[in-house]
Amino acid sequence: MAQFNWYQRILFSVMLCVAAAAVVFVSSGDILAAEGMAQEENILDRPLEEIVGQLAPQNQLTLFPCSDCHNDLPPNPKKRELGEPHNELPGIFKHDAKNRWCLDCHDMRNRDKLRLLNGALVDFKEYYRLCEQCHGRIYREWKVGVHNKITGHWKGEKQYWHCAKCHNPHDPVFKPQKPAPPPRKPTEIYIKTKK
Amino acid sequence: MSENKNTEHRAQKTDITRRKFLAGLAACASALSLPLNADASMLEEYFRQHFKRLDKDELNTILKNLEKEFSQKYEKAVTVKATPAMEDVLFGYTLDVSRCIGCRKCVYACIKENNQSRNPQIHWIKDLEFKRDEKWFHFKDSEPYYDPPEVPQKGRFYLPVQCQQCKNPPCVKVCPVKATWQEPDGIVVVDYNWCIGCRYCMAACPYEARRFNWGKPDIPKEELNPNMHYLGNRPRPKGVVEKCTWCIQRTREGRYPACIEICPTGARKFGNLLDPESDVRQVLDNFRVFRLKEDLGTNPKFFYFFSLGTHIKAK
Repeated sequence: MAQFNWYQRILFSVMLCVAAAAVVFVSSGDILAAEGMAQEENILDRPLEEIVGQLAPQNQLTLFPCSDCHNDLPPNPKKRELGEPHNELPGIFKHDAKNRWCLDCHDMRNRDKLRLLNGALVDFKEYYRLCEQCHGRIYREWKVGVHNKITGHWKGEKQYWHCAKCHNPHDPVFKPQKPAPPPRKPTEIYIKTKK
Repeated sequence: MSENKNTEHRAQKTDITRRKFLAGLAACASALSLPLNADASMLEEYFRQHFKRLDKDELNTILKNLEKEFSQKYEKAVTVKATPAMEDVLFGYTLDVSRCIGCRKCVYACIKENNQSRNPQIHWIKDLEFKRDEKWFHFKDSEPYYDPPEVPQKGRFYLPVQCQQCKNPPCVKVCPVKATWQEPDGIVVVDYNWCIGCRYCMAACPYEARRFNWGKPDIPKEELNPNMHYLGNRPRPKGVVEKCTWCIQRTREGRYPACIEICPTGARKFGNLLDPESDVRQVLDNFRVFRLKEDLGTNPKFFYFFSLGTHIKAK
């Protein structure tokens, strides 16, 4: 057995300490990296606050607040065909009409508010929180800017278009439209010549 | 071998290169054919250098001359810029095929923004209609001239095709005069004054994305877009090739291209590929995407994807 001097022993112990510290450091780094990956996997679930400030201008109520009429009417929670004026306004209801009707989204007592499934009241301008309840995947895609139209600047101020800008909440299927004229076929191309 | 040596010898002896000879020929021709009211700008156009070889002062005088020319011709104030590429930017584009309804709004917004010729007609974007549940992916299986009363039609889907801004662009490779090249931000541009109109690039492009000015472009004065870029939407002369530049005059100033701004469904996304927060990166990180004719190795920066199932309802 070789005998070590006192300074050799100190040197070995210091090296051991350094090695142990390095092992601890590297392994903790691994854990941190794993946590980072776990966070990255949820990249689609972006907090709503990040885009609320950048929403495109809201559509405004054009006529008058609902409470102007409904405060004087007794509420009737029974699902039924509606008479004047709601047989025409805001249009025929085609949003899963089999299972749903007005009071699934509009609050019965406070007509100027919307109502979430858990009973919480929501302002009209925050209506997209109602959409989230059923259309969760689309909502998450909307928040990161995949399922929406974005205008403005790719570098700088953006305007995120929100649900009701393109989908009527009472009839949300995107409407077909007339296409712009097709290009001319090569056989129809006409080049101006000097007379 | 001996012939080669001879020609080399001759070239050294006479000391006239091809370019010098052509320049001299052009000078003689211009001197003979100059009209009485000619000014220096016409001569300048004859001898204008390649865009990359212009120094700052030369470029500025050229831009000013162009502004003057276009302002007079189209009777409105025109600005022509040559904004360089931003640093740390590589542009990318994604298009959600499941949400494109084939309305062709992008095609006509592009024409207006980029001063394309109305007659003869030039469209930078081609919207292809494919049949569902059938073999597709070949442009020849598509219908670019569809014109139903309403879109989307049942059993059809739509695939707009424009310049894919390849990372390995075949059009740049074949250009015999280097009139087209890739900018640092990834946009492939054309110097319309250097293009000789041989249309090799059109033959080389697998996406049919380049267009040729067969006639003198015709742009209505009132519809001219006065915000121009030298390598982008300035009015082109007859006999040159042009292509989509992702609205270089807008995107180099931080704005979105015109096709993005007009798209009614928001199927189109544009942004910086190097920025993990950008719109395109959100798509690339979260969806499976594909590129057209990937097997050719052109490496396009234009990605297609399907975000929805096939449930876009049509009547």
